[in-house]
This record gives sequence, structure tokens and C-alpha cells, in this order.
Amino acid sequence: MLSIQELSASVGEKPILNGLSLTVPAGEVHAIMGPNGAGKSTLSYVLTGREGYEVTGGTATLDGVNLLSLAPEDRAAKGLFLSFQYPLEIPGVPALTFVRAALNAQRKARSEDELAAPAFLKLAREKAAALKIDFDMLKRPLNVGFSGGEKKRMEILQMAMLEPRFSILDETDSGLDIDALKIVADGVNALRGPDRSMLVITHYQRLLDYIKPDRVSVLANGRIVATGGPELALELEKSGYDRYAA
Amino acid sequence: MSLALAIATGDLTQLPSRRDEAWRWSDLAGQILDMPAISPVGEAEGEGPFAVLADCTTVVVNGRGAERIDLLAGQTVALRFVSSSDGTAHAAQMVVTVRGKATLLESYEGQATGYLAHAGLRIDVSAGASLERIVLAADAADAIAVSKADVTLAPGASFAQTVLICGAKRQRIETHLEHPGGGANVRMDGLYLISGRRHGDITTVVDHIARDGTTNQLIKGMVRDQGRAVFQGKIMVAHGADGTDARMGHHALILSDRAEVDAKPELLIFADDVQCAHGNSIGALDQAALFYARQRGLPLDEAKTMLTAAFVAAVVDRIEHEGARAIAAAWTAARLEQG
Repeated sequence: MLSIQELSASVGEKPILNGLSLTVPAGEVHAIMGPNGAGKSTLSYVLTGREGYEVTGGTATLDGVNLLSLAPEDRAAKGLFLSFQYPLEIPGVPALTFVRAALNAQRKARSEDELAAPAFLKLAREKAAALKIDFDMLKRPLNVGFSGGEKKRMEILQMAMLEPRFSILDETDSGLDIDALKIVADGVNALRGPDRSMLVITHYQRLLDYIKPDRVSVLANGRIVATGGPELALELEKSGYDRYAA
Repeated sequence: MSLALAIATGDLTQLPSRRDEAWRWSDLAGQILDMPAISPVGEAEGEGPFAVLADCTTVVVNGRGAERIDLLAGQTVALRFVSSSDGTAHAAQMVVTVRGKATLLESYEGQATGYLAHAGLRIDVSAGASLERIVLAADAADAIAVSKADVTLAPGASFAQTVLICGAKRQRIETHLEHPGGGANVRMDGLYLISGRRHGDITTVVDHIARDGTTNQLIKGMVRDQGRAVFQGKIMVAHGADGTDARMGHHALILSDRAEVDAKPELLIFADDVQCAHGNSIGALDQAALFYARQRGLPLDEAKTMLTAAFVAAVVDRIEHEGARAIAAAWTAARLEQG
């Protein structure tokens, strides 16, 4: 599914990723943990193609397709989704309008038929109910005036609607209280399946109690420095990142 | 000195030029080197953008047609200024009186190329009456077109205007309003969407001459390619016009390096007890929002269109006449989607 080999990237003149390698097979949830400034968010932006993040070496492929040569929207159409650490506010565009435009743009890019309004609304109602999002909220401009927790739920709603093959969750747990965390984790878990994979980026073990990873990697100084099973996350919670920081 | 005078006399020296402060950014003299022939009698194509909404329609083609409209309570009237002959010049005059709550749906329709057109309007809104004036100016890309309206309100009257323009070789919609105060209410909005090498100018002057009047103005717009937009908004509050409440906002998006917006918001206040404010901003689309939309799968152009449409929507949303609002929204969407 996702294969990253020796990926290096810099922001401005500053190298952030230094030969990062990581493979996530289909069906797996892979957690990335690491200290502040390790390059976790940079990894998510490099994979999704944000401007200002310059790839200086290495490769990243999704299902064998070179992601790094594609425009952000083409990566999305290939099934790559990023749940933002800080979701953007889109003034003037109701959430429903935004998601429908995104969904149909992706379908069009994949030469699939557009989803008609009634089918789309039915889907949106179902997914919103599962995430305990008041449907009326979807008529408001996306994320404008939403609380941190509401924004994160809205990210997962979009993920549920778009059904990406590969999702990156960038600190989806930050800003969530424990109830919201459970709801969000249920939403994420509902999307798990043999054809989908996820990269779950987090500081804390806590999220991984609810979204159980198959593998855990430690990212420090722009590289994967350790990989193990779920027990690695527990160990990190106890011992911290100090021994990887050097 | 005006385009109307130059057309009437054939005297090019009557054209406003860069040397006239009010025309500094929309110089006509440099654009018109020979005065074209006066336009022949013409014929309008189609029924205009507002036909379905209007109780009746007045059509002025190549400067010829009715010269007066009397609007009664409850009436919605379409007023079409059509230019139908290539490379010729014409000027029209129109007097509009309003004696009730009425709507004027005015369109400028370029059905030819390379014409010069001037429309001069005098609009009188009597006491207790209210007029909503929607102006949809769709001139040809190589036309030079100016519309100038002088509006007078009686105390207690209200006037709400929304001007929608897409530019031309030179296009200017100018409104002068003498505000009598006395509880009279004015909204003076505008929207420009300028692409290609078009040039569009919204100029307004609101003159508060007596106390207790309100003016609210929201101008928004987008320029791209090598387009150029001009907004000149002047609000004057005369000595003694206390209790005036005047607010002006102008906000523009520039979507290319070669596009330009020139803005001159002016508040001239000679009274003490007034509330006046203006805000002016010019910027690019939020790159972070653009990336967010693309990450969700929206192609760059579609994402830009969506964010731009959202940016300018506030102007359209303030149109009170529901049908006109829908037509303005459709026009906006169509202008934004044309690459």
C-alpha cells in the first residue's frame, strides 16, 4: 500500500526529514510517535503535497503510484486523505457543499459518476449521526466558529464520506475530551478494513487505546528510529523519547 | 467634461483623462483616439437578464428609446441599455421617479463590439418611497462604457443599490447620491469580477447634507489575469449632518501577479456627532485553505472558484429582491467559472 523509501525533505533551507523509510501494508494501522519537532507533521504534508515542503530525496508510493509527482488533488483522488491537526475554516462554504464538491471531484477524477443530491444527503445524515454531529451544523460554513473537538469530528466525517484508501491522522486526538475521543476513534475504526490503511500520528499513547495499531514507529530527527508492536507505545509512555532524541 | 459630452459634440478634448482626479485610474482620453460615428437605430436581441422578474421592460438600444420611467408602489421594472452596433458611439438619458416601494433591474448589454456607450440617469425617490436598484453591467470586452446616475432622496426615503460588473476595455458605473438625512437609508453595494484584460470601475459619492441619515456600503471583488479594478468611494458628511451613520467596506481578491486593484475610500466628515467607519483590504486567496480544499480532492481551479465565490457571496446575499438575488448569484458563478 504505502511505501516510503529514504525520504528527505526540507522547509526553506532547513532539512526536516532525513532519509525516512516506512512501509504500511494494506489493512494495517501504523502509529507514528515522536517528540515535538521530529518531523511528524512535515511527513504528513510532504505525502499530501503541501507547497513549501521540498522533497530533496527518496520516494513515496501509494499502490505503486509515485505520490510525489502528483498534484495534491490527484493524490486525494488516488485515495490519500489527511485529517489535519488544525483543520482550516472555509468561510462562506457550507460543510455539506464543500464535502459534496470534494466527493464529486474525486469521483470525476476516477471516472466515476457523480453522487446525486438525495444519495449524498442520505449518506451525510448517516455518517453525521454515527459521529454524533448535529446535521444542521453541516449547513454552516465549514469549521467556522466550530470548537476544536467539532473540527476534529468534521475531519472524521469527511474521511467517512470520502472513504479514502489511505488516511493520515495528524494528532487527531489533540483538543478532544475523552467522550469525543471515543466517538472519533469509533468513526476511525469503522473505516478499518483489509483494503484500507492508516498512519496515526500522535504524541500520546492515549489515542492508541482506542485505535489499536498493528505497528508503532518512533520518528525522531526526521527518521524512523524504532519500530515494534503496540507494546512499543506503552514503553514510550513510560520511558519517554529521550533515548531516541540524540 | 464627460464621455456623453464628447459623444454629443465629437470633441475628443471633452473626454476625461488621467489629469482629472476622478478619472485618474480610468482614463478615457488615452483610449479613444478617434470619435466613432453615432450609432444607427438598432435592435435588441433577447429579453435581457431580468425579463422573468419584471412587470414591464423599458429598452434603450444604441441610446434610443424611452427617456422616463415612473415607478409605482410594488412595481418591478427592467431597464435595458443595449449596445447593438459595432464600433459606434451613443449616449442615453433617463429619468426615473419612484413613488412607493419598487425595484429597478437595470442591465447593460453588449451585443456588439468596440462601441462607446454612455448612460446618464437621474433617479428621484420621493418621501416614504424606497427603491432597490440592481445594475448588471455586461459590456463587451473591447467596449468603452460609462453609466452615471445622480440619485436624490427625499427625507425618510430609502435607496439600496447593488452594482455587478465584469469590466470592458473601460467600464465605469458611477453613482452620486445626495443624502437628505431625516431617517433616510442608503445601501450602496457593488461587486466586480474582472478577468482577461478588462477594466472595471465602481465609483460612488454619497453626500450627507442633513442629520440622521445612514449609509452602508459593501464592495467586494476579484481580479485575475491582467484585469484591473477601480473602486472610488466617497462619503461626505456636511457640517450639521449630525447623527449620520456611515459605513464603508471594500475587500478585494487579487488572483494573479499581473492583476491590479486601485482603491480610494474617502470619508470627509465636517460634523461632530457622527459614526463613520471604513475598512479596506486587498489580498490573495488563503493558501492554507486552498491546500485544504485540494487535499480533499478539489482541483486547483475549482478550489479557487469555490473560495472566491464564497468571498464575494456577501454582496449578493444583501440583495433583497429574491429573484434578482438568484440571477446575481448565477451570473457570479458563471463569471467565475469562465477561465
